[in-house]
Amino acid sequence: MPEMKKTREGWGKGLVELGEVNPNVCVLTADLGESTMCHFFGEKFPERYFQVGIAEQNMMCIAAGLSVTGKIPFMATYGAFAACRALDQIRITVAYSNLNVKIGGAHGGISVGPDGATHQALEEFAIIRSIPNMTLICPTDFWETKKATIAAGNTYGPFYLRFGRENVPVVTNADTPFEIGKGYQLEKGGDLTIIACGMMVFEALVASEELRKQGISARVVNIHTIKPIDRELITKCAKETGAIVTAEEHQVNGGLGGAVAEVVVQNFPVPMEFVAVMDTFGKSGKPSELMEKFGLTSKEIINASLKALKRKK
Amino acid sequence: MREKLNVEQLKSKALEIRRNIITMLTYAGSGHSGGSLSSTDYGTALFFNEMNIEPKNLNYKDRDLWFFSIGHVTPLIYSLMAEAGYFPKNDLLLFRQFQGRLEGHPCKKHVPGIEVSAGSLGQGLSVAVGAALGSKLDKHKRRVYVVCGDGELQEGQIWEAAMSAAHYKLDNLCAFVDYNKLQIDGNVEDVMGIHPLGDKFRAFNWNVVEIDGHNFEEILAALEKARNFKGRPTVILGNTIMGKCVSFMENNHKWHGNPPSKEQAAIALAELGTTLEDWTKRLAES
Repeated sequence: MPEMKKTREGWGKGLVELGEVNPNVCVLTADLGESTMCHFFGEKFPERYFQVGIAEQNMMCIAAGLSVTGKIPFMATYGAFAACRALDQIRITVAYSNLNVKIGGAHGGISVGPDGATHQALEEFAIIRSIPNMTLICPTDFWETKKATIAAGNTYGPFYLRFGRENVPVVTNADTPFEIGKGYQLEKGGDLTIIACGMMVFEALVASEELRKQGISARVVNIHTIKPIDRELITKCAKETGAIVTAEEHQVNGGLGGAVAEVVVQNFPVPMEFVAVMDTFGKSGKPSELMEKFGLTSKEIINASLKALKRKK
Repeated sequence: MREKLNVEQLKSKALEIRRNIITMLTYAGSGHSGGSLSSTDYGTALFFNEMNIEPKNLNYKDRDLWFFSIGHVTPLIYSLMAEAGYFPKNDLLLFRQFQGRLEGHPCKKHVPGIEVSAGSLGQGLSVAVGAALGSKLDKHKRRVYVVCGDGELQEGQIWEAAMSAAHYKLDNLCAFVDYNKLQIDGNVEDVMGIHPLGDKFRAFNWNVVEIDGHNFEEILAALEKARNFKGRPTVILGNTIMGKCVSFMENNHKWHGNPPSKEQAAIALAELGTTLEDWTKRLAES
């Protein structure tokens, strides 16, 4: 088993690093400073850390106002509240104005666990990627979340970063290159490509290893930036491997799978299968129980891969 | 430093702005007459007396910041901007039209000088709170102004923002409520009552100044009070008349979201001392 670490810790540490080099970076939270781990920033830079109370819509627009004065506001709350409750504020005030506001959607995905469906954000990709000007990133592990946070701070424009609650396997390291909008290959393969994001990248690696034992060579690609998506890499994978499986901790409608499919059907149609939550709300349980129940495992990726291969001409 | 207009000059500037508003709405064939006319006098005082702005230098670092939380009063916003020199007045003639750049609701991308796009009610006060907070953080002396509607105060986010402005002690923030007592579906008190408004803001720890929103002496005095008040944000409750200065529009909620027809515009502009032809010519030439 690889090292386990929280993605939200990457966000929290990334914010501190940004704060150290750029005095314009400020952080806001809606009474979730500790669980989104932006309290690290608050302890170090209390004058630039704003507790706005339980008022996500207000927080979104306060961040917009801060950006007008040249600040680089990062805000953190749970994804369920960021992308859903404050959606109107994101669409009109932040994105339509193309402001330099960075939204941290914590506790994304089914792996939030016992809090149940209300807190299991499974819709943010579909919501956020439909809004012009937004950049949407779902990093895979601690290191990548930290790098994505820092990259967001150094790049103008409205960003949405999605990360999770649990400890997840560390699949990259401090030196793995990270570039917004550029996916990368983690495992070579020629029979099909598994494209994943977030914690499903690790499941994809496990699936690829299993498939190799069955004589199938599955390429694994991490697409951390869901918008703008890496069209070039996806098209290359379709051409070179002839089948694609996507895996994400998100609803099947309009998420990573949909985004990849939009590229594939336009550029080089190949059979595709989707591993995602199948248009249903979550429930309470342990993260591992829920990943199993909702089909977000390496086993499901293997099944989907075999299905895609069968359809491949 | 721009020249500050005195009360007499403000009155004639406000008259010109009302002529612009009627002319724009007539050509657009749609848009919001009532609130544009009720907040004209306050807007004129802000742009031509109170605020430190340099419309020709949009990146002027020390500028005061202004926001209209009621994005729909674009006839007023764009008229103020054009008269102040942000862009040529002939742009006003293409308001809300495909060929023009003046969107129905304020758009940052198309109109330099608009700091944040607006149109969904209830968000601008929060934006102003953020701008005031950022200015405090920089220990900057600038002031932040925001114009809200009265019906808009039914949005819950307004009260989140009100709570936070007082919590952060934003005495650099001055809000104005265009209290014309009407909204698109009728009387504010019938649709969803907001009375007693002053008490509500006082309970949220704001400094409250209530005035006649069409009286320039009172407006300027209120703005001065707000500037000198320390430790808490100020809200100016401006008692106004929807459709002010156009007899058939005054105090009639039907004019919230409707433009005058050409015939109605002729009457309105006659009351404002001009004609559509003359005023169009004036705008087209500048």
